[in-house]
Amino acid sequence: MDMLVVNNLYKSFGGVKAVSDINMTIDEGEIVGIIGPNGAGKTTFFNLLTGIYNPSSGDIVYKLKEEVSAKSFKPFKMTKYGVARTFQNIRLFKDMTVLENVLIGYHNNFKYGILSSIFHLSSYFKNEKKGNEEVTQLLKIFDLYDKKDTLSKNLPYGEQRKLEIARALASKPKLLLLDEPAAGMNANETKELTKLINWIRKEFDLTIILIEHDMSLVMDICEKLFVFDYGRLIAQGNPESIQKNPKVIKAYLGGE
Amino acid sequence: MKILNKKNILSILAILIVYAIVELLTHLGVIDSYIQLNLILIGINIILAVSLNLITGFTGQFSLGHAAFMSIGAYTSGIVTAKLGLPFIVGIIAAAVVASIAGIIIGIPTLRLRGDYLAIATLGFGEIVKIIAINNDYIGGAVGLNDIPQYTNWTWTYFLVVLTVFIIYNFIKSYHGRACIAIREDEIAAEAMGVNTTYYKILVFTIGAFFAGIAGALYANYFSFIKPDSFGFMKSVDILVIVVFGGLGSISGSIIGAIALSLISVFLQNIPELRMVIYAVILFLIMVYRPQGIMGNVELKLFNKKGGLNGYAGSK
Repeated sequence: MDMLVVNNLYKSFGGVKAVSDINMTIDEGEIVGIIGPNGAGKTTFFNLLTGIYNPSSGDIVYKLKEEVSAKSFKPFKMTKYGVARTFQNIRLFKDMTVLENVLIGYHNNFKYGILSSIFHLSSYFKNEKKGNEEVTQLLKIFDLYDKKDTLSKNLPYGEQRKLEIARALASKPKLLLLDEPAAGMNANETKELTKLINWIRKEFDLTIILIEHDMSLVMDICEKLFVFDYGRLIAQGNPESIQKNPKVIKAYLGGE
Repeated sequence: MKILNKKNILSILAILIVYAIVELLTHLGVIDSYIQLNLILIGINIILAVSLNLITGFTGQFSLGHAAFMSIGAYTSGIVTAKLGLPFIVGIIAAAVVASIAGIIIGIPTLRLRGDYLAIATLGFGEIVKIIAINNDYIGGAVGLNDIPQYTNWTWTYFLVVLTVFIIYNFIKSYHGRACIAIREDEIAAEAMGVNTTYYKILVFTIGAFFAGIAGALYANYFSFIKPDSFGFMKSVDILVIVVFGGLGSISGSIIGAIALSLISVFLQNIPELRMVIYAVILFLIMVYRPQGIMGNVELKLFNKKGGLNGYAGSK
C-alpha cells in the first residue's frame, strides 16, 4: 500500500530550482533513505514534505490517517495527518525538562479547553493523567525516564538526539521523517542508533524516511534509497544497486 | 481528582488571611490612606506584570505596548462608570473585554513579526492609542477624563490580583501553557510538534490585554482622573522592568518584582534628589549580578504545588 505519492514536484527560489521534477512512491512500513551531495535539495524536499514550503508546482499526497495533499499542508497540521519529524541541528526546547519536551510532542492528543485548564475541570485531570502515563512509558522505552526532570539542554548529545525522536513519536505518527539522525555521532553511537531505528519501526509500526550522510547507517537499514543531485532524483533502488549505479558514483566522486 | 484537596484549601485560607489582616489593620488605623494607596498601586502593578509576563516571559513575544491595553481599559471603565453611570463591575468587565478585543485586533497583524520588529510594532500601537486619546474630545482630549467615581478599594484590588494570578498560573500549567513556553523555546520545533503558534500568540496577547484592561479600570476608578500621558511608552517600560527584574517566566518573580520595586521607590521618596539615581543603580546591579531576574524562571514553593512546570508530573 502506498502511503506517500510525490508527483512532478518542483520548488524554486527565485531563479534557483532547489527541487525539480521529483516523482516517488513510498509504501507503508518501508525505511527509505534520501542521500545526495550537499546542496542537492534533500532538506528542501523535507521542508516540502512537512509544509514549511509550498511546492511551486506538482503535488504531494499522504494516505495516512486521511488522504491529504500539499495544498492543505501547514507545519502545525502535519502531526494531525500522522507525520512527525526531527531536525538536522537538534531543536529541543532547551529550558524545558525532558518530560515537558515529550509532552509537547503529545500536544495534539490532549483534548481539553482553555476553561477546563483554568478551572481544573475533570477533563483537565483525565487528560493530563493519560498524557503523563503515555509519555512516561515512552521515556522508559528510550531509557530517559531517570532524567525526566533534567533540562533538555543538559543532556549529552546522543541523548538529545534520542529525546528528539521520542518527542516526535509522542505525536503518534505513522510516518517519521529523520533529518540526519546520525550527524555528529561516533561509530558506536551510530550503531546504537541503527538498532534503535530498526526497533522503533517495528514497535510503533512506522514508515521512516531519513536523510543521512553516514553511508554505514544508510546501507545498513534502508530498504530503498533515493539519490538527489542538483535538485533532481538521479537514481532509486535498493542499497546494492545504488552502490553500483554509475550516475551516483559520478555525483559523489565527479568525473566525466 | 478532588478540587478541594488539602493544598488548595490551605492556599485559599492563606489568601483570605492576608486579606483579613490588611482589612483589620486598616480598621485599627495602622494602615493609613498613604499605605493603602501604595498597596493598591502594588496590586495594579502585579496584575500588569503577571499579564505581561504571560506574553513576554512565557511565550517570548517582546511587547512594548502593554500600557496601551491598560489605557484602553482605563478609558473604557471611565466612560462606563462616569459618563454612563453604570456600576463598577460593569466597568471592569467592559474594560477587560474592550482591551482584549484590542489585543486580538493588534495581535493578528503584528504577531507575524518576531523579536525586535514585534517590539517596534507594539511600541507604535501604544503611540497610536495615545494619539487617539489626545485627539478625542469625548474622553477629554489631552486634558484627560475627570470625575470618574472612586470605586477602587483594597478589596477589589486584592481579589482581582488573586483572580489574575490564579487564571494565568493555571493556564501556564496546562498543555496550552506548555505550548506557549515551547513557542518561546523554539517556534519552528513547536510548530512541527503540532502547536498552532499563531493561535497561541494571539491567545496570550488577548489574555494579557484582558488583565491589563482590568488594571486600567482599577487605576482609573482609584485616581478619578486619567490622561493619555499616564499610559505612554514609559509606563510600558516600567511594567517590563518589573517583569525582567522579577524573572522572565516566573509568576512569583513578577509578584515579588512588583512589590520590591514599589517599596524601593516609596522609601526613596525621602531623598528626592537621588531617587532616580539610586533606583537606576539598583536595577543595574540586579541585571549585572542576576541577569535572569530575582526568581529566574522558577516559582516559589508556595506557588509550586507539585514541582516542575507541569503540575501533574511530579505527583507520582
